Amino acid sequence: MAGEERLLRRREALYGLLFIAPALLGLLIFNLGPIVAALFFSFTKYSIITSPSWAGVANYQKAFSESLVSLSFENTAYYAVISVPLGIGLAFAVGMLLNRIKGAPIYRTAYYVPCVVPSVAAAVIWLVMLNPSVGLVNYFISLFGIKGPGWLIDPDWAKPGLILMSLWSIGTGMVLYLAGLQSVPEHLYEAAEIDGARPLRRFWAITVPMMTPTLFFHLVMGLIASFQAFNAPFIMTQGGPVRSTYFVSLLIYDNAFRYFKMGYASAISWILFVLVLVLTMVVLKTSSSWVYYEGGARGRF
Amino acid sequence: MAANIRWILVRRNASKAVWHLLAISGAIAMVLPLLWMISASLQTMAQVVRFPPAWIPDPIAWENYPTALTFLPFGLYFRNTLYVTGMVILGDLLSNVLAAYGFARYRFPGRDLLFVALLSTMMLPGIVRLIPTYLLFHRLHWINTFAPLIVPSFFGSPFLLFLLRQFFLGIPDDLTDAAHIDGGSELAILWRIVLPLAKPALATVAIFSFQASWNDFMGPMIFLTDERLRTVALGLHSFKGLPYMNSLYNQLMAASTVMVLPVLLVFALFQRHFVQGVTLTGIRG
Repeated sequence: MAGEERLLRRREALYGLLFIAPALLGLLIFNLGPIVAALFFSFTKYSIITSPSWAGVANYQKAFSESLVSLSFENTAYYAVISVPLGIGLAFAVGMLLNRIKGAPIYRTAYYVPCVVPSVAAAVIWLVMLNPSVGLVNYFISLFGIKGPGWLIDPDWAKPGLILMSLWSIGTGMVLYLAGLQSVPEHLYEAAEIDGARPLRRFWAITVPMMTPTLFFHLVMGLIASFQAFNAPFIMTQGGPVRSTYFVSLLIYDNAFRYFKMGYASAISWILFVLVLVLTMVVLKTSSSWVYYEGGARGRF
Repeated sequence: MAANIRWILVRRNASKAVWHLLAISGAIAMVLPLLWMISASLQTMAQVVRFPPAWIPDPIAWENYPTALTFLPFGLYFRNTLYVTGMVILGDLLSNVLAAYGFARYRFPGRDLLFVALLSTMMLPGIVRLIPTYLLFHRLHWINTFAPLIVPSFFGSPFLLFLLRQFFLGIPDDLTDAAHIDGGSELAILWRIVLPLAKPALATVAIFSFQASWNDFMGPMIFLTDERLRTVALGLHSFKGLPYMNSLYNQLMAASTVMVLPVLLVFALFQRHFVQGVTLTGIRG
């Protein structure tokens, strides 16, 4: 009997592993493998035509001394540090707003629609939207009697232009907040109201703590995505004007696929990789002090 | 007293009106770029560069569409994209259904650890994988074929895997146990009992898969240089890069509209699934 049980167990494990085998292979071949391979290539000189030759830390030394590298990291950080909190704040505000009024599904559709627009199309549309002379954005600014900036053709305004465009896709975050807000138990608010808590106090004492897991998720995913932003600057500005939107992703692309410096490009991508990982870790570490999990269940999926 | 109550009611209605006004103006601002895209795609060149911008095309310049779509062979680009997208949906469904079922229904050593490992790869910045992946496909002589865009989808995607597993976990064990006793094979049970129940989840996966593949720009741009293999995303980018195109806004918007409409259509038909999918992934804390 015990032997039969063990046989059944083994059979079950075999089936399970069989079913997940493709996904496991994918994890190794298309995910972890390439990451490790990139680390290896980052220590080599490799131009595709010739085979890689060991170069030690030369690529890293070069990366840390080149001004274009530090400029691209600054540009990327500027973009991420402003666009992510702005996006979170706006998505949260819209979520709150829609949670408060009737007819939310129609509004929700309107706010979410931009998120399904392909990024190439979005880039082309916003290229015209941000056109200083015929674009809609400057037209609306002009209604207030102000002359709008040059946006993507002005080095000082190109990054703000891309940030403004990134706010067009707050819909995903808004859907998350709306769902989260709708699941905050009503009795918490009722209890607070009986205790005489004013709306602002209820917001900070109930709404915000209950939403911290979603805020946290949004913050982490937003940082990861914005540090890799590629399509918009590549299509709309090609990194310009005067390299003001030259992001790390463009630097990696140029070195890999224009100059065929695979080793050097790998080194830069690993620097970005470590930077994003450290940032994620910092957010994760501090999260225990500000993220509230109901019922104390942490790390659940 | 009565005046007091009326005052409260007036104030409540007024604040309600303010909230609605805010929501409506925000919603209009979000949709406006798309409306303007469609409007501009039907305007003549003389009208589209006018300031302030015109909203109603006059006269309606239908010819922008045939002009834009035949200048580059967009018909071919559509066929390419449909083929790639169809195969990617197939691959995503197949690999993720199997893996999600494996994780949800069977016990084996290291299962939960493996699952967490798979999920956490979603948090790794994908750009670091770009170069070795390119080199791998280069070595396989897959550059300038659709294989680099299609083949990986047959090896699972953490996000879709997670989505399906959540759904499978909700299907009661009794159903599959009963089928086991009746002597059904594992695959037959999955096919005949589990999948029919999982239709909404399968639809969500197919939609996300469609959206990602249709919208993908970086993949086609890096793996395809042959003009005849271009996808719509690549075609639109090349169209934008044509000389003088920087000012032919009406044609540019016509081509954009053609790329956006299929996704909008899918969204209009399956909005519920989009929202469910997004919500489900955000539940993880």
